[in-house]
Amino acid sequence: MAAVTPDQLHGHHAPGGVMRWLTTTNHKDIGTMYMIFSFIMFLSGGVLALTIRAELFKPGLQVVQPEFFNQLTTMHGLIMVFGAIMPAFVGFANWMIPLMIGASDMAFARMNNWSFWLLPPAAILLIGSFFAPGGATAAGWTLYAPLSVQMGMGMDMAIFAIHIMGVSSIMGAINIVVTVLNMRAPGMTMMKMPLFCWTWLITAYLLIAVMPVLAGAVTMILADRHFGTSFFNAAGGGDPVMYQHIFWFFGHPEVYIMILPAFGIVSQIIPTFSRKPLFGYASMVYATASIAILSFAVWAHHMFATGMPAAGQLFFMYATMLIAVPTGVKVFNWVATMWRGSLSFEPPMLWATGFIFVFTMGGFTGLICAIAPIDIQVQDTYYVVAHFHYVLVAGSLFALFAGAYYWLPKWTGHMPSEFLGKLHFWCSIVFFNITFFPMHFLGLAGMPRRIPDYALQFADFNAIASVGAFGFGLSQLIFIVVVVKCIRGGERAAARSWESAEGLEWTVPSPAPYHTFEEAPVVR
Amino acid sequence: MNSPVDNGLASDNRRLLLRLALSALVMFGFGFLLVPFYEKICEATGINNVLRPEAEAGARFAADAPLNSQVDASRSILVQFDANLHDLPWRFQPVQRSVSVHPGQLVHVEYEVTNTRAEPITGQAVPSYGPQLAGQYFRKLDCFCFAQQTLAPGERRIMPVVFVVDPALPSDVNTITLSYTFFELKGRSAASSAGGRAS
Repeated sequence: MAAVTPDQLHGHHAPGGVMRWLTTTNHKDIGTMYMIFSFIMFLSGGVLALTIRAELFKPGLQVVQPEFFNQLTTMHGLIMVFGAIMPAFVGFANWMIPLMIGASDMAFARMNNWSFWLLPPAAILLIGSFFAPGGATAAGWTLYAPLSVQMGMGMDMAIFAIHIMGVSSIMGAINIVVTVLNMRAPGMTMMKMPLFCWTWLITAYLLIAVMPVLAGAVTMILADRHFGTSFFNAAGGGDPVMYQHIFWFFGHPEVYIMILPAFGIVSQIIPTFSRKPLFGYASMVYATASIAILSFAVWAHHMFATGMPAAGQLFFMYATMLIAVPTGVKVFNWVATMWRGSLSFEPPMLWATGFIFVFTMGGFTGLICAIAPIDIQVQDTYYVVAHFHYVLVAGSLFALFAGAYYWLPKWTGHMPSEFLGKLHFWCSIVFFNITFFPMHFLGLAGMPRRIPDYALQFADFNAIASVGAFGFGLSQLIFIVVVVKCIRGGERAAARSWESAEGLEWTVPSPAPYHTFEEAPVVR
Repeated sequence: MNSPVDNGLASDNRRLLLRLALSALVMFGFGFLLVPFYEKICEATGINNVLRPEAEAGARFAADAPLNSQVDASRSILVQFDANLHDLPWRFQPVQRSVSVHPGQLVHVEYEVTNTRAEPITGQAVPSYGPQLAGQYFRKLDCFCFAQQTLAPGERRIMPVVFVVDPALPSDVNTITLSYTFFELKGRSAASSAGGRAS
């Protein structure tokens, strides 16, 4: 996000210009690059989303043809998941985890550089697949067989992009685990760690466990496509439903990979602006761990409509609903932290509070989707689209913005504009709900997802959603203004930029010097 | 950052790195392992066998039996049982005169046969239906008429008929009569026929 480099970040011996960024092993540089990269990907994925909404503004085909529409929905999902949300959280981890635990850098600084620089080639491969003969993959972001076995070479490019991004996030995750476990400052015990480090530690374990499974799944698709195997090809004795099982064994932990760091960010912000310690720190840690463990036992709730035995449906339904318990603990703890606190609503707190409100709505629709007989009704409808945008946009993305506003003073040395931050929040949350709330009604009325045309009775709600989507998309440009203004100048930020912010990151000057904690601080 | 002071930390880090990288590699293999794993589960539990779905069905029903297990409870069919002998010195009668069944329902009835002669006799029963049309909707899963019956002198035997009335039975048929006639199979000794139907 920081397009301009603050002067303070230039190291003494570092090469200048492009080579500085290509060769840097500094966790702050790499964190910044991760965030710039993910914001660019967020805008590209957003352009695809707006094209989709333009097409769906009214019934009939106006803007794009169905083949291209399918490519848009697929690439929107892939870019947002693998290009925007995940790298953004890794960027936060790179910037903040060493500062939070009092380490001088990440454990493997050179590998850190490598894990970032794998991403741009992967992104070029992914986006470049639009220009391949036959266009980009149109199998949906889940890349279900048999469609994914049949697509053109755009599919191969997407598979390789996923391989590269997978390697990148596994390396990033290993780096984070080693840093958190081995590099903590003296006195920083596990149960004294900021919750953001805890959620990222657990997320990193999830990444190491499931990203290789996704790599295996897409490798099997690749082998089915080119090497004559029949993992998923029914004609050769394979089973397309097996792909869904393998994919969702990755896919469900993946959704927690995208939300647990968000929980961590919100758990840092809420106590600061409530001027109270976090309520139930230990229960937060245990809740995060239980969510992560349970996430391995619920994958088939994405597949209720594939014809599962009733016993399987019941198991996955109850296991899924069980996850609402630790998630409920978290929401309760955040609200309890705010309870009788001295609340103030600067932009980070606005985003965090907005996160709790809207994410909880997404959680409840998730609970509704978990009920097998209802899920069979709403499977592949806009109800599901509404649900996962409530948890991914209003969940992960809002938490990312909250974190960005919270730590921008530490990154740039200047306070972000409070007016623009609030404007960004209110525009986002209003337009977000205008976009996605009507989708609940569309889904319940039976509008299927991933279809470029629809029956006339869905026209009004779709028009509302499209207007909201353009409003939401344009609101994000405010964020660019905020960040650029913040880098250029503004009110100077103190070391402790927010009144009662706790943690080691607020003990170093703002902006954080290029090298911090070369002498490990002692935590009492 | 790996100054000599940090050597202990650096080797700790490297050890953890190797362990985590190895787990990532193992999980990559596990992804492929899921394929035979799921196949075994499906095979063991009989769910979703896409290779030979009829094999699963065959385990539960006789090979050519109707797969339709839907019971049409809205209809009741009266099935009457009749027994006849053709020049055979036996006593032959159904245990029950009639039963009321729903189409699709699996029904088990019995016939009783007694050899009154002082020598073994082999016979074969031939079914017939009234109305004749009902025959094609009358699916017998097991019947004593499928095999030759050899009765020892004075032997009394209870023999089963297991059947399903096809729900496709025309709606104007409300009563079916199942009639068996036993014929003697002459020229067959007890010994040879006993070997022939050993099962």
